Amino acid sequence: MEPAEIIQHSGGVIGVSWLMVALPLLGAAILLLFGRRTDRWGHLLGVAMSLGAFAVAVAAFVQLLGLPEAQRRQGVRLYEFIPGLADMGLLIDPLSISFALLITGVGSLIHIYSIGYMSHDPGRRRFFAYLNLFVAAMLLLVLADNYVVLFVGWEGVGLASYLLIGFWQFKPTAAAAAKKAFIVNRVGDFGLLIAIFTIWTTFGSVAFNELTGGAVDGAISSGDASQGTITAVGLLLLLGACGKSAQLPLQSWLLDAMEGPTPVSALIHAATMVTAGVYLVVRSGAFFEAAPTAQLVVTIVGVATLLAGAIIGCAKDDIKKGLAGSTMSQIGYMMLGAGLGPVGYAFAIAHLIAHGFFKANMFLGAGSVMHAMNDEVDMRKYGGLFSVMKVTAATFMIGYLAIIGFPLLSGYFTKDGIIETAMEHNQILGWLAVVGAGITGFYMSRMVFMTFFGKRRWADDAHPHESPSVMTVPLILLSIGSVFLGAFLILDNRLMRFLAPAVGLPEHLPGFHPFSVPGLTTLALVAVGVVYAWFRYGAAEVPRLAPRGSFLTTFARRDLYGDALNEALFMRPGQWLARFAVFFDNRGIDGLVNGLAAGIGGTSGRLRRIQTGYVRSYALSILFGAAVVVGALLYVGNM
Amino acid sequence: MTTHYLVLSALLFAIGAIGVLVRRNAIVVFMCVELMLNACNLAFVTFARQQGNLDGQIIAFFVMVVAAAEVVIGLAIIVMIFRTRRSASVDDANLLKY
Amino acid sequence: MGETITFWILAVVSVSAALGLVFSRKAVYSALMLGVVMLSLAVLYAVQDAPFLAAVQIIVYTGAVMMLFLFVLMLVGVDSADSLVETIKGQRVWAAIAGLGFAFLLALGVGNATFAAPTGLAKATEAAGGNVPSLAHLIFTRYVFAFEVTSALLITAALGAMVLAHRERIRPKATQRDLARARFTGPQPSPLPGPGTYALHNAIDMPALLPDGTVADKSINRVLARHEMEGGFTPTDPVKAALIKQVLERDAAQDRDSDSGDEPVQAEDAAPRQEDGK
Repeated sequence: MEPAEIIQHSGGVIGVSWLMVALPLLGAAILLLFGRRTDRWGHLLGVAMSLGAFAVAVAAFVQLLGLPEAQRRQGVRLYEFIPGLADMGLLIDPLSISFALLITGVGSLIHIYSIGYMSHDPGRRRFFAYLNLFVAAMLLLVLADNYVVLFVGWEGVGLASYLLIGFWQFKPTAAAAAKKAFIVNRVGDFGLLIAIFTIWTTFGSVAFNELTGGAVDGAISSGDASQGTITAVGLLLLLGACGKSAQLPLQSWLLDAMEGPTPVSALIHAATMVTAGVYLVVRSGAFFEAAPTAQLVVTIVGVATLLAGAIIGCAKDDIKKGLAGSTMSQIGYMMLGAGLGPVGYAFAIAHLIAHGFFKANMFLGAGSVMHAMNDEVDMRKYGGLFSVMKVTAATFMIGYLAIIGFPLLSGYFTKDGIIETAMEHNQILGWLAVVGAGITGFYMSRMVFMTFFGKRRWADDAHPHESPSVMTVPLILLSIGSVFLGAFLILDNRLMRFLAPAVGLPEHLPGFHPFSVPGLTTLALVAVGVVYAWFRYGAAEVPRLAPRGSFLTTFARRDLYGDALNEALFMRPGQWLARFAVFFDNRGIDGLVNGLAAGIGGTSGRLRRIQTGYVRSYALSILFGAAVVVGALLYVGNM
Repeated sequence: MTTHYLVLSALLFAIGAIGVLVRRNAIVVFMCVELMLNACNLAFVTFARQQGNLDGQIIAFFVMVVAAAEVVIGLAIIVMIFRTRRSASVDDANLLKY
Repeated sequence: MGETITFWILAVVSVSAALGLVFSRKAVYSALMLGVVMLSLAVLYAVQDAPFLAAVQIIVYTGAVMMLFLFVLMLVGVDSADSLVETIKGQRVWAAIAGLGFAFLLALGVGNATFAAPTGLAKATEAAGGNVPSLAHLIFTRYVFAFEVTSALLITAALGAMVLAHRERIRPKATQRDLARARFTGPQPSPLPGPGTYALHNAIDMPALLPDGTVADKSINRVLARHEMEGGFTPTDPVKAALIKQVLERDAAQDRDSDSGDEPVQAEDAAPRQEDGK
């Protein structure tokens, strides 16, 4: 089934769905513009705005459910944005509303959690302003009804992530990480920008409702667009997606982004930012379905990233970086799914939503642990925390079980769906995804065992305690989502059918096969990973200082030499270029200009010595001149 | 004979010029300038006779008048300088320089 | 023939005199040499059919201008001789090169030219009846404008000379009372001893002797003493020689103007000079 036509909205909450973007934006504006006067109640306003957006999203969702399937793509045109190019318009369809619900729902929980987490931070009001800005930008991104407005949100997300990662900008590492995230994202942004340019010149439109699969096929068959152009558009969109979603080769900013406060990490990893790339690929399905090469590249990038992220996750002692590695890996799964067509879209989105819950759950849990351990992030200095912070540990464990795909929890259904689909598509990619799942089992178990079990390896001044309920309640809510969401979305292909108006429906709906070969192998590998991790980190002594490790460990610890590669390929040549430019500027251009000036100055300084002030010297030169004149006259006269 | 007069005039002129360049006493320098003017006058008078034309003599006459005026002013200046600086050396008046 | 003899004599005289003008150390000699050159030239003018110019040369140049020079020389100080040390590097060498080169070039130009026999002025002066009437005729006809302008120049020059030489009186004129007070409050109420008093010779270069026979140092004429020292005329009297030397040394050590304060008339000079010294 093809995606449904977009129709103008039929009133109701969908008519005012712009409030979803406007409310958080208003919150950010108030908090930033009114400054310190809002310090006392600023965080409450931020939470209220986020919850308000969530309420609008839920209402719009309910209204959408009440409509017949053919009318479930509602366009809301607000005003003319760029005349002749794009309107400021929103598109409320199952895909965007799913994202909106995730963003506002998980985002609101993170807002609430941040009240507790940032309670002692002097910049809490500013923090909430940025959080609101982040949510607003992300909502604009997913709700946009054309690529240009999407790009506005895209850049807004980039800006907000920069502000939040560098929130503690007095730390040089945080400032550097923010810059890194911004610059790496810029590479992806260029990809997206050029893709939009190409789409505009090829199709004459950037609106989603005019860029359907039919339109793309029509352009190819009519000769308006070559297959190569479509592939190029797909690859450029993928580049943009790689930037925002931290896929290879633009993954390097994600691990450094852990410099931001933990709720920021949760927001970036669970609800916003990294999901943008997946959204973009799914939303641009028309192009990818017409360009198999681009689709294949998407799946390859996804698999490569899921393995790379998993390997990195195995070696990190920093709990947040470990989780960041796992995010990379899970987004890799989503990318893989997004590259597999309509069936994959549904599983990718399902995994994305489930991941949004359990990853937010675990990040906030990690934040809770850090909160208790005086902001210590090294898992080698944790251990045995289960007994001291039971709620955090339990919710974290639920998230953990969900991510490794423990049967009947969220991750089990969604990840299995992706693996099964990939298996049908390409055996190699499928089996690699299975291996990735096994590694996930190992590194997540390692994290849990090192943090909550084993001997206590705390620092002397650590007095761990359970976090306040303003932090634990979001954890509990998120963990509930982590448990049931997967089954709810996957069983009976509920999400797939819901998304059908937006992304289309495959001809054969996949069934759920719990006892297929890949499924069982996955479970077995995960079990092996968990057991191995138990022997290495649960039962055995964990040294408080990281052992040197094998080559492979070092390889993983250093992020697969990604930073080294970037430095060698881009940074150092850039520095050389800059140094050369400086040298050229100082010596070449300045040298020329200054040399000329100095030359003239020096010559003048010497020439002015002729002005001795002695009349007799002047008279001498006059006489010489007269002699020359006489000589010249004689010479001319004799000629 | 004309050549002789002219060469004499040139010689006197050159001697006067060398005097201007070599001497430092402002009054002597002035005298050398007068010498040069006189050398010129000699040439004028010589040419007047050579051409059979009185214009050269007229010019010489005007030169004398102007020279007299110049001497008056020049010497007044020298006296003034000497009064303030106690020196008649042209090298002492060298403040206007780099 | 007569003209040739006259020319050669006067040429030698005038060139030698010109050289003497340039190379004599004393300005007075230079002035006298210039007079010689001017007189020679006056004769040469007369020889060359320019009697009026010859007269003017003698009257105006030798008579007026030269006298003016001598007056100024007296004013500036006739007794001083110029130092012959050149202070500007290379000035003399280059001056010689430029001057001689210039003369050589001029002589070359003149020598290369071939002149016919002089036309003579007889024909030109015939109409007016003589040199002076002819000149007058020209001056008051063709050159009348230049002539009038020259008169303006002369008036301007006279005014200029007066302005330049004028000295503004910046303090009241010293009365006889002031002079007497200055004299009696000064170190020497009585007149300086006249030269030659109690001496064997009553000459200006002889210092006065005190009643005990020693030389009164205040009576030594400093101008003459310096002249003697510089000329190498050491006095035969060793006491007097030692005294002269001592006086001269003291003079040199002292500020040259400190003793001029004795004379109230010159005191006016001190004020502008001190300003100048600042």
